[in-house]
Amino acid sequence: MADYPPVLQEYLDDFDFVTSREERVDFLISIADEFESVPATVASKPYDEAQRVIGCESEAFVWALDRDDGTLDFYFDVLNPQGLSAMAMSAILDRSCSGAPLEQVAAINGEVVFTFFGKDISMGKGRGLTELVNAVVYQARQRLKSA
Amino acid sequence: MSNIASRGYSNADKLVSTEWVAAHLNDDSVRIVESNEDPLLYPSGHIPGAVEVDWVKDLNDPLRRDYLGKAGFEALASRIGITPETTVIFYGDKSNWWATYALWVFELFNHSNAKIMDGGRLKWAEEGRELTREKPSISPTSYSAPERDDSRIRAFRDGVLQHTQSNGQLVDVRSPGEFSGEKLHMEGYPQEGAVRGGHIPGASSVPWSRAANDDGTFKNAAELRGIYLDEIGLNPAQPTIAYCRIGERSSHTWFVLTNLLGFADVRNYDGSWTEWGNSVGLPIEK
Repeated sequence: MADYPPVLQEYLDDFDFVTSREERVDFLISIADEFESVPATVASKPYDEAQRVIGCESEAFVWALDRDDGTLDFYFDVLNPQGLSAMAMSAILDRSCSGAPLEQVAAINGEVVFTFFGKDISMGKGRGLTELVNAVVYQARQRLKSA
Repeated sequence: MSNIASRGYSNADKLVSTEWVAAHLNDDSVRIVESNEDPLLYPSGHIPGAVEVDWVKDLNDPLRRDYLGKAGFEALASRIGITPETTVIFYGDKSNWWATYALWVFELFNHSNAKIMDGGRLKWAEEGRELTREKPSISPTSYSAPERDDSRIRAFRDGVLQHTQSNGQLVDVRSPGEFSGEKLHMEGYPQEGAVRGGHIPGASSVPWSRAANDDGTFKNAAELRGIYLDEIGLNPAQPTIAYCRIGERSSHTWFVLTNLLGFADVRNYDGSWTEWGNSVGLPIEK
């Protein structure tokens, strides 16, 4: 089984050291603060519904653009201004998966969501964030299939 | 329509506007409480002076499927600095879905001096009003609560069974797919499902969100009467039970029927479909 992208693994290792709910929340908010929406050069509203993350109540969208080296650049948007968790997850995925080997991205398990957000996250949030991860993984697997 | 008093509610006093809240930020007799589904929202910015009540951590028993008891409520009330005389203003995400849930739990302890900020967190933020990350410094209070009263606004399985057998009024506030039995759980909530799909016999389907406008505010009384009285034929004088999956969406409908339309006797069946649809031998309609 392939390793995870190194940056993602670093995030996971960092969150393993989180000991309190408050620390986790502060960490996630600081990540969400750095979330950047997809640039207009890649996509503009209204977005193509094919890019929508099904099951994400925060109305997240994901795009994957090919790089010359065969990896992908990922872009995200979260239409719900209160979709902070989705923004944090998107920022993590952007930094971790853009430019990472496709095999590593394709190997990511949606369960990583619970390492970041904790197991007491609501069912709806957990599901939506997992689908966001799955959307990225799907793009990597599709590229690998067609390679 | 922004003027709450002109919307024709039976008890307009249970709602306050964002303007009202902004004018009472420094009112010692008022405590503003944010209650959300997303745990990142409150710490990322909240109404100045507002405290957080978490729907899982603060309102539920940590072990059993039940709400907190008298001692737990007293500890919560002390932590958020309220007395029985404090006016508690709830607001939150998702059109105040979680805020009405928290208010309903407070009502179980007879803290009826509680209101909802119409439009919730989204409206406050979209009006460009101040949000802060600074947590308020709260002096703990002493709160002597009564025992939790489950008899008035809460319904249990056996009572719901009797209610349906006597053709009582039931409102299923889940999505149409859940009501029909096509879906065994709400979209995105697969672990809160049930082994059987459908609805409680005799229930009418009105998804909870129909009571809210796009901006999260409540629809006016005429619009609400059109839905609950004209469309599905509820009689405000008759006992009514609302249910959903675990009792949170139905607390929104409970709030609407009780406070905005003046129904005399509305109960929230918090066991809801996760209990009914998993129970052996209970009648189900599709």
